[in-house]
Amino acid sequence: MINPPAWFRRLRRLVLLLLTVFTLTPVAVMLSSSLKPLQDVQGPWRWVPSHLTLRPYLDIWTTVPLARYFTNSLIVAGSATGLSVLIAVLAGYAVSRYRFRGRRLFTVTVLSTQMFPGILFLLPLFLLFVNIGNFTGLALYGSRGGLILTYLTFSLPFSIWMLVGYFDSIPRDLDEAAAVDGCGPLRTLAQIVVPAAIPGIVAVAVYAFMTAWGEVLFASVMTNDQTRTLAVGLQGYATQTDVYWNQVMAASLVVSLPVVAGFLLLQRYLVAGLTAGAVK
Amino acid sequence: MRTHRLPAALALTASITLTATACGGGSTSAGSNSSPKTLTYWASNQGTSLENDKQVLEPELRKFEQQTGIKVNLEVIPWSDLLNRILAATASGQGPDVLNIGNTWSASLQATGALLPFDQATFDKIGGKDRFLPATIASAGAAGKDPAAVPLYSMAYGLYYDKKLFQAAGIANPPATWDELVADGKKLTTGSQYGLAIEGGNVSENVHHAFTLGMQHGTGFYDAAGKPQFDSPQAVAAVKQYVDFIAADKIAAPGNAEYAANQSVTDFATGKAAMLMWQAAGANLKSHGMNPDDYGVAPIPVPVGATGSQATSSMVAGINLAVFKNTKNLDGALNFVKFMTGDDEQKVLNSTYGNLPPVKSVQADPAFATPELKTLAGVLQGSAAPLPQVASESQFETLVGTAVKNLLAAAAAGQPVTEASVKAELTKAQQQMPAS
Amino acid sequence: MAQLRRTRGRAALPYLLLLPALAAELLIHLVPMVVGIVMSFKQLTQFFIRDWSTAPWSGTANYRMAVDFHAPVGQALLNSFWVTCAFTVLSVGLSWLVGSTAAIMMQDAFRGRALLRAAFLLPYALPVFAAVITWSFMFQRDTGLINHVLHDQLHLVKQKPFWLIGDNSFTALLTVSVWRSWPFAFLTLTAGLQNIPRELYEAAAMDGAGVWQQIRRITLPSLRPVNQVLVLVLFLWTFNDFNTPFVLFGKAAPKAADLISIHIYQSSFVTWNFGSGSAMSVLLLLFLLLVTAVYLFATNRRRGADD
Repeated sequence: MINPPAWFRRLRRLVLLLLTVFTLTPVAVMLSSSLKPLQDVQGPWRWVPSHLTLRPYLDIWTTVPLARYFTNSLIVAGSATGLSVLIAVLAGYAVSRYRFRGRRLFTVTVLSTQMFPGILFLLPLFLLFVNIGNFTGLALYGSRGGLILTYLTFSLPFSIWMLVGYFDSIPRDLDEAAAVDGCGPLRTLAQIVVPAAIPGIVAVAVYAFMTAWGEVLFASVMTNDQTRTLAVGLQGYATQTDVYWNQVMAASLVVSLPVVAGFLLLQRYLVAGLTAGAVK
Repeated sequence: MRTHRLPAALALTASITLTATACGGGSTSAGSNSSPKTLTYWASNQGTSLENDKQVLEPELRKFEQQTGIKVNLEVIPWSDLLNRILAATASGQGPDVLNIGNTWSASLQATGALLPFDQATFDKIGGKDRFLPATIASAGAAGKDPAAVPLYSMAYGLYYDKKLFQAAGIANPPATWDELVADGKKLTTGSQYGLAIEGGNVSENVHHAFTLGMQHGTGFYDAAGKPQFDSPQAVAAVKQYVDFIAADKIAAPGNAEYAANQSVTDFATGKAAMLMWQAAGANLKSHGMNPDDYGVAPIPVPVGATGSQATSSMVAGINLAVFKNTKNLDGALNFVKFMTGDDEQKVLNSTYGNLPPVKSVQADPAFATPELKTLAGVLQGSAAPLPQVASESQFETLVGTAVKNLLAAAAAGQPVTEASVKAELTKAQQQMPAS
Repeated sequence: MAQLRRTRGRAALPYLLLLPALAAELLIHLVPMVVGIVMSFKQLTQFFIRDWSTAPWSGTANYRMAVDFHAPVGQALLNSFWVTCAFTVLSVGLSWLVGSTAAIMMQDAFRGRALLRAAFLLPYALPVFAAVITWSFMFQRDTGLINHVLHDQLHLVKQKPFWLIGDNSFTALLTVSVWRSWPFAFLTLTAGLQNIPRELYEAAAMDGAGVWQQIRRITLPSLRPVNQVLVLVLFLWTFNDFNTPFVLFGKAAPKAADLISIHIYQSSFVTWNFGSGSAMSVLLLLFLLLVTAVYLFATNRRRGADD
């Protein structure tokens, strides 16, 4: 926009202020509540704690095994992201660079799986895992592996879709130049296409990570005490006798911190990567 | 020409899976002793946190290991997950060996066939059926069938009342009838203080109270043949009486309609409400800083002159212990049940959690001689009835409990609650019950 | 490219590249979905879940019950369907509106823009459970922040409204949903805006176009391809969202906020009737496939016209 008039700037200030309040209020609530004693969070809302306490930040580790849940979530979301991106890059490359029979069928089928209501295949998937376990001894049910396998497919359709768009936007001259230099297709992919597509890949990875990090339904049925992830584990602060709101908030902040930090570090890529494919 | 492949591929995968699932499921194995040295135990959350439960149970499990050489792998499962996990275990046949279940689920889980029935011989192995209070056995499975579980912890509802607030309002004794309760409640409702606190957003609490009031009005929500009768005139009257605490009597705060995180206990402990109908609230009240001397416990009121089942003042509340039929350590599992229901463990566990022992021989123990527990024990033995022990109990709990929740929400929002509106909501609940 | 295609022996390569993706989708989505469809024709209640191959076939009974809109089950499903539609349209629309407003307003550099952009991404970066549980804490009637501000501080309402039960629960759900998804729209549209050449605006400004005209004539048309993707993606996520209502309301959502995902969960997992839950899921799937097919067909045709 060129030379926005004064009224536009004033309007902008107002709108952005309101949006900031809307966006940050829950974060402020988390922060304030996590520093309150339990009576405060069970009584009427107050902005300032009746007395500041760091107790919730100490108690969160003993009320539930938070460290274990955190590790589980990191392993599950991290592995699912890595695998999902790898598989999506391969598939996206194939769809973007080759014309083969079944190409359209593949894209439509994969895309349509994005629409499956999770609730429809939760029980069948669970039974399938159990059967695979019975036949092969491969423990999928209750293990992190099963969850990783499940989550990687959740983000796969969207990831492939986005990467096809992104790869399409990378000039084919680059591939052909590499081919002339004697590179095979896989080396071309690894050395030419992937580096050129880093923003798109990062965007896809962040998306995959967030999907796996927050999933509740499958995690609640498919994990046990040892493999439980944060999304389900945080519910442990609501116990038979009490809801430890201050601890819920403290734990939420603690586990969010690394994720948010990583997210903000990568946001540069995200902005560049999210729609390049669709735009060009 | 490309399109015809999708159905073909799907048909193929379908046939693969069907053959796979046909051999799967939990039907194949039934109790063996192939792994006699370990047991997996799913415990429900009874203490202040999952970790707290572990601290309570693990020393006891070590005792068991010392006695028998069997190592027990403990997993404490939050209530929000427990039923789903049991369903998953049932569907897959891969479950624990021994598990805690809410006693109201007994008949529903019994119907799945996944739990080991406690017939005479099995009971003999754990010390006999007579050791348990009859009321608690009645809540362990459908009448006329071998129980699907044995009682582990017991509870009953009582009316908790704040002695100071009662004194300040000039009320000498706790109410014994509903008329008295409403009259007292009105006296106690002043300003920001209310006569009664209820947990209106909690589906289970709602259905427990609806059931007790239903018994007092002469209905158990099922007829003799086990068919749901959710919208009988008696049921409507019972539910309306409960909803009226907010709607008509106005002795409970409208805000109670969304309580689902034990806020009513907090309100009672902090003097915002003078009465509370709860099961074994002592430990919880203590954690909120309420001294046991500050409150009294009386049986839940009954109608004037009620006798027999119409004088029911509580459901039989509690936790049962069940053995998974697929266990690979049947003898060990029964040994463990015997251990957990034995005198020593009953005393330790129930007194730690503030519950009542369902085992007769332990009841006289001084650990359970507090005024609160003595009152609740009296209720459990004298005027408690089990929730309907039918296969569709869990649906009943969900549907009727939700109906009450909706009615309370309407009442709290100031909408009129009439017999017609109560009946409509209950009829809807009944029609959502599965046909068979 | 031509060279790649001509090379013999490499005809299998694209299939090899697709294999992992296909295998994963087949195992996790397609096979279980087929099983789910089979289940929807069975009377799969608690009596049979131990070995559901013994569950009796029920023909189309589950479907007939689900679409019998005169009976409570069908009525509840229909209600849930309309609630979900209204919720999805409003949530996607508002998220898009807020996201594009913010993106357009932050197109030009100003002091603090980077900081603000980081702040706006927070809702997307916070784990779902943490974010939604905080909202439920804020929405509590007696002790929540929302009513504290509305009632105690601003005196906007005479009586404290309920947010987590009753009719307002729809508003509460919508608020949380928009809060969670507008940053994604913002992010995507910001990316889209960066690809609009500045010269276009300069030329328009020379022609004397004002703010509105610049937005209408340059910004919005340039964003059209981004919007097509964005709206479809937001639609699918919002329509199928389970995490938000589940954390906000628990297993039984109020009627006004009874989203279809929660409704089906209650009809299968809570009441142990997996056959009828599956039938409802299949109906939902058919609806989503239809909507997406229509959407893709429409946008594809347009793209074809563009070429």
